[in-house]
Amino acid sequence: MNVADRQVTKVRDLTTEPFNTSTHLAHAQQQADARGYEDFLIVDVDSHHYENEASTEIADYVENEVMRNEILYQGISRKGISTGFGQYQDLGGRLVRYPRRKSEEVPETPHRDITLMRRWMDAMGVDIACMFPTPLLNLGLSPRVDLEVELAMGYNRWLCERVLQEDHRLKSMLYLPFNDPEACLKVIEMFGDKPGVIGFMVTSTRYRGVYDNAYVRTYRMLEERGLPLGFHTGLGGQEPGLSTCNRFLTLHALGFAWHNMLHLSNWVINGLPERFPKLKVMWIEAGLAWLPFLMQRLDNEYMMRHSDAPLLKRKPSEYMREMFYTSQPMEMVDNARALELTFEMIGAETQLLYSSDYPHWDMDLPSVIYDLPFLTEGAKRNILGGNAQRVFNLDPVLSERKRARQAEKARASA
Amino acid sequence: MSEILVAARDDIPEGGARIIEIGNLEIGVIRHEDAFYAYRNFCPHQGGPVCEGIRMAGVYDDVDPEGLFHGQKFDKADMHIVCPWHGYEYRLKDGVNVCDARLKLRKYEVTERDGNVYITV
Repeated sequence: MNVADRQVTKVRDLTTEPFNTSTHLAHAQQQADARGYEDFLIVDVDSHHYENEASTEIADYVENEVMRNEILYQGISRKGISTGFGQYQDLGGRLVRYPRRKSEEVPETPHRDITLMRRWMDAMGVDIACMFPTPLLNLGLSPRVDLEVELAMGYNRWLCERVLQEDHRLKSMLYLPFNDPEACLKVIEMFGDKPGVIGFMVTSTRYRGVYDNAYVRTYRMLEERGLPLGFHTGLGGQEPGLSTCNRFLTLHALGFAWHNMLHLSNWVINGLPERFPKLKVMWIEAGLAWLPFLMQRLDNEYMMRHSDAPLLKRKPSEYMREMFYTSQPMEMVDNARALELTFEMIGAETQLLYSSDYPHWDMDLPSVIYDLPFLTEGAKRNILGGNAQRVFNLDPVLSERKRARQAEKARASA
Repeated sequence: MSEILVAARDDIPEGGARIIEIGNLEIGVIRHEDAFYAYRNFCPHQGGPVCEGIRMAGVYDDVDPEGLFHGQKFDKADMHIVCPWHGYEYRLKDGVNVCDARLKLRKYEVTERDGNVYITV
């Protein structure tokens, strides 16, 4: 046996190493380089930032002085152990980016959220990311409708001015205060043309049917402007049945699927795809396994109860195949045939859009799509970026890092 | 096979870890209760840096012979390596995933000699 026959090229002492997103995701960058992601566009349609860490900044954008005072006093969210509904997604400290993120050093400019976004995007090979808030995803459950409106306005203004207009790689489907239909119209009018705004988002944990006539003008306005409407799902542990879930795993597995199942079912059966045929509708962060179930279930019952869905001219699953879905958290099933069939049933090659959900606990790297053995190279590239480019009408600009890698490759082959 | 010097044993504190890079190969060397363990720093799930996470005792549901639940507890004799990307847990002593034994971390032999820690690669 040879001692020190092979050279140690680097030693890292984890006891003293500070947290840095680029280091945390160094393996993601290795994956990106090994797979040649510099050759095509990758768009992440569902990622997050922690807007609560900018509470005091956002407070400046909230017009109501009483609410502004409350935000300055208590911030946007509280997450102690007594917070209800299983708010322990960070696994008791096991996922180090949760507790250590706050200590990550960034330069004074640009905004901290921009630097953090760029770091993980470059590591994963993502060129363009649609960013969503985190605690505000639960705002639709608040009985204070005026709070939802004030925070939606303030957050959207802050995001547009401080983040989106500063970096063309960052986009968002802005928060719609869905408990106040009139305010939704104002939000679309105020922000629909702002740089980086590529659509609007409804948080799915809420209790008003999407078929309500009060929303018709909102849907029409989005349809006319060609802006997609996304439903971003959530836990919703206050739901009477789901409130029996005493483990985060159960609540997450069921809740995230349930809320989008509920609204999608109401959307289709009430004939909204026939009433707004050009409105692009997207279902976000519910994974994929629920879709074959719902397609089969709705089709079967539609055949026996036409009078419940007389606006439909086709089976529910056919409308579902024209909607859009984000990929994460893609179920890593032991039976790969189930996943392949799911892709086939939803028409994934044109309807599925890659999403990471980074930095949340169940994030997916682009390799979860790129490494699927049953997809062609073209299908992989569509799902990872081409579909998003088409749906959101994005300018397909690759990141600076990817362009540099392309130039390096060209020089090497010259 | 080669034996590679990792560090003087006193340079890795109790509960500490080092990542040794040998070309493209990353190996995590972890000290726990005065013993050293070495695994490839690669989670078979999505490729995460598994050795860069924390170590945490396994959790068990305390259920008595009658089937009554008495709460969740840590089993401190069953220490786990937790992948920092997604929380996949592997037994520190053998690198086997606690949910699916088909998933295993690549383990390397660790030797202590003359106050130094070596791994065999």
